[in-house]
Amino acid sequence: MKDILSSIDDCRSWLAEGGMSVKDAAGEFLARISEIDKDIKAFAFEEPDMVKARAGQIDGSPDNRRLRGVPVGIKNNICISGALTTCGSHILDGFRPPYNAHVVDLLLGEQALLFEGMNMDEFAFGSSCETSYYGPTRNPWDTARIPGGSSGGSVAAVAAGELAASLGSDTGGSIRQPASMCGVVGFKPTYGRVSRYGLMAFASSLDQIGPITRNVADCAEMLEVISGYDKRDSTSVNVEVPVYTDSLDSDIKGLRVGIPSEYFIEGIEGDVKKRVEVSIEALKGLGAETVEISLPHTKYAVSCYYIIGPAEASSNLSRYDGVHYGHRSEKAEDLRDMYIQSRNEGFGAEAKRRILLGTYALSSGYYDAYYLKAQKVRTKIADDFREAFKKCDCILTPTSPTTAFKIGERSEDPLQMYLSDIFTIPANLAGLPAVSVPCGLDGKGLPVGLQFMAAPFDEETLIKVAHAFERETGFSKEKPAVLK
Amino acid sequence: MSSKYETVIGLEVHVQLDTETKVFCGCRNAFGAEPNTQVCPVCLGQPGVLPVLNKKAFEFAIKVAFALNCQVQKIIKFDRKNYYYPDLPKNYQISQYDMPIAYNGKLNVSDEAGKVREIGVTRAHLEEDAGKLIHDLSAPFSYVDLNRTGTPLLEIVSEPEIQSPEEAYHYLVTLKQIVKYLGVSDCNMEEGSLRCDANISLREEGAKELGVKVEIKNLNSFKAVRDSLLHEEERQEDLLDEGGTIKQETRLWNDSKNVTVSMRTKEGAQDYRYFPDPDLVPFEVEQETIREMKADIPELPEAKRKRFTKEYALDESDIEVLIAEKDTADFYEQVAAKAGDAKAACNWIKGEVMMHMNDRGTDIKGLGLDPENLARIIKMAVKGTISGLSAKEVLKANLETGEDPVKIVKEKSLEQVSDEGTLDEAVTKVIEGNERSVNDFKSGKENALSFLVGQVMKETRGKANPKLAGEMLRKKIAETR
Repeated sequence: MKDILSSIDDCRSWLAEGGMSVKDAAGEFLARISEIDKDIKAFAFEEPDMVKARAGQIDGSPDNRRLRGVPVGIKNNICISGALTTCGSHILDGFRPPYNAHVVDLLLGEQALLFEGMNMDEFAFGSSCETSYYGPTRNPWDTARIPGGSSGGSVAAVAAGELAASLGSDTGGSIRQPASMCGVVGFKPTYGRVSRYGLMAFASSLDQIGPITRNVADCAEMLEVISGYDKRDSTSVNVEVPVYTDSLDSDIKGLRVGIPSEYFIEGIEGDVKKRVEVSIEALKGLGAETVEISLPHTKYAVSCYYIIGPAEASSNLSRYDGVHYGHRSEKAEDLRDMYIQSRNEGFGAEAKRRILLGTYALSSGYYDAYYLKAQKVRTKIADDFREAFKKCDCILTPTSPTTAFKIGERSEDPLQMYLSDIFTIPANLAGLPAVSVPCGLDGKGLPVGLQFMAAPFDEETLIKVAHAFERETGFSKEKPAVLK
Repeated sequence: MSSKYETVIGLEVHVQLDTETKVFCGCRNAFGAEPNTQVCPVCLGQPGVLPVLNKKAFEFAIKVAFALNCQVQKIIKFDRKNYYYPDLPKNYQISQYDMPIAYNGKLNVSDEAGKVREIGVTRAHLEEDAGKLIHDLSAPFSYVDLNRTGTPLLEIVSEPEIQSPEEAYHYLVTLKQIVKYLGVSDCNMEEGSLRCDANISLREEGAKELGVKVEIKNLNSFKAVRDSLLHEEERQEDLLDEGGTIKQETRLWNDSKNVTVSMRTKEGAQDYRYFPDPDLVPFEVEQETIREMKADIPELPEAKRKRFTKEYALDESDIEVLIAEKDTADFYEQVAAKAGDAKAACNWIKGEVMMHMNDRGTDIKGLGLDPENLARIIKMAVKGTISGLSAKEVLKANLETGEDPVKIVKEKSLEQVSDEGTLDEAVTKVIEGNERSVNDFKSGKENALSFLVGQVMKETRGKANPKLAGEMLRKKIAETR
């Protein structure tokens, strides 16, 4: 299929050349999605009428904003007023939020054409997009494999050329890890850079919304649109947002790239390691300096994350109880039973696992040993990064230890699944911005991702280094068979 | 109570703060609206919404903290208290756990005899109120009204230092008075803007350890607090005397039957899994805010009591009446100053003015009386321009029409007749017409004079200056001897 959405600029040209209304373009996009998505299942569900209605609204406006008519997918945990928003869960059956997320308002303000229903692991609990109530999404590079997760739908749709860009959420790697596995660019901004208002919370202190795009320039543009202070989110930070697109095409001569010794561990696939090594050479070729750094507390990151994340989730998800909205059990006899039955029927196995983990960690008598300890470790991890950024401008690691695995391969082994995020989790714990960019294919022809992390609110350095790397290597131009 | 045991009481008081909007969203905070009309995605606990602290609620809490002589926390932090209930849409309440906004305070509580005792205030913390369940007994379900959800609440916890149900009552009166003085809550128990739970235990006289405590809930008035504690004191005493043991439990007060009934025992105690709310970033209290809030605290009852005692020559009981409400005290001071007579101002306010307030079921503000007008009336009465009776009539007319009292006096021609020439006729007539009383007076019966004065008043249709009439009667009767 013709790759008309290989970049936002390409999309703009296609829209301009066709000279058609956004509504007509929406029809084309929807037809294209029907065709491509039957094998990918990036969409948990589609609401074509709502998309067309949005297109009609754009057509009705005399404005010509920067994303006019550009198709952008919204992960199904970000609220669009009136759109079915279920977090990939049975418990939110039929739930249509009465309000827009802040990022949705910003995208609508730029006249982006929004598509709801991007598939995801239930409540973003997962690294493979297999825990969705709507069934798994498939990797466009090999449909027998997972696209990564939890933002698997948002990522797969962009990778398969169904949409020009999308939004995901990243709590422990949920944007970067699937971006890496599907060969696209995925960006997690600094905690507090993008408003979480309207993002259905998984772990409030870790969640951050970010863009998924085909290339770094698009990523900079999307980031520019969605960033900024929002008084409705007390954790959003009131600092000026730079013009990220100004950081494109920068020279990275003399840029100090930190390489943490702890990140090249056992368990990294040989091909992944090789691709990362080749990438380091490419950066050196561009004039960057590599600096060896140490992040000694990194080895506790996964354990720490699996206390804090579930603890916050156990509380955040307690509102899904069948009382006010969503799924309510038909079987319940009384109030207590209604809670129990509704939640038992509504939540999938991974959601239950995390709620139990989190409830346990917060229980009186265990709080100090688990939650409090984890918070202390979290501080140590952040301190490690602060030290490291005295010596370097950004840090380079693989995004994930492996390329995409087969559907079902790890679903019976949560611990193996959790390790897929071992390199992405520290940035969430420390609140850092981080990006995954494609860095070539492994022996099986599957994409490998390279991760850069920077100091808080230094998204610009990430744009600079990622864009320089992309221009030099051209890996973002690789595309799956469906687009050839 | 026998002297064998001593009573230990602690009180938890919830005060709804009277802010324009709710504590974590922009919804109106007002009592009595149609169910579920003062709600938004935030207080409905919709997925994806986030709380933002209402600065006003926080400032109100700081004021209370200072008024209760508390220390104010340097860092303000909120925690989540997790529990399931249909009136709590998030199934957690945003509250404060280990860092209450205020701690280590004290309250001087005086009893009716004026004896003052200091009661410690352990802490006061800010939290959100829950909604309300409305039970329809004819239906197999209940209704949920979420208007109240997110109303700012300040929970004020006393030290277990209260020694009797009577003292608990006075603690509440004092606390309510202070909070009302601050203007941060109307403390209306009927509307639930002040709620109270009580903890009570008994221990052997002189014992160091506290006894097993019982919590009493469902207390709808200060009287209910006192009565339930009296009942519970007696119940526990009887039980201990019989060699029984007290169970740690929560008991409900039944107002109509005058008993407490067991609700749940400690085994059922919940684990609320408190943890810091990640949606609300802890912040430092600015010194500027502290200064502003301190400056904004009015003179409180205790200080006012002292000053009134010094400045105005009034009885203690009169002062209590005047300072019970800040508005009344302010009103009094204006009237006293303008009328130039502190005692008369006091008598008028606690007499006529309060009578009119009661009749109309309103407070001093609602009465709409201009202190200047009352002062004029008092002045005229004191000077003798009008009689006391007429003065009351003038006040009534002024409350109805708002018209200038001086004008009312003129219009109704209520000026007292203080001119001997004008009164002479009436006095002569009364002496002539009441020979018996005149003789009685002559023979030394002083009170016969009052009767005669009354007759003069009658003759002049209330306008005679009674003092002058008395003097003239005396003089004339003496002359006729």
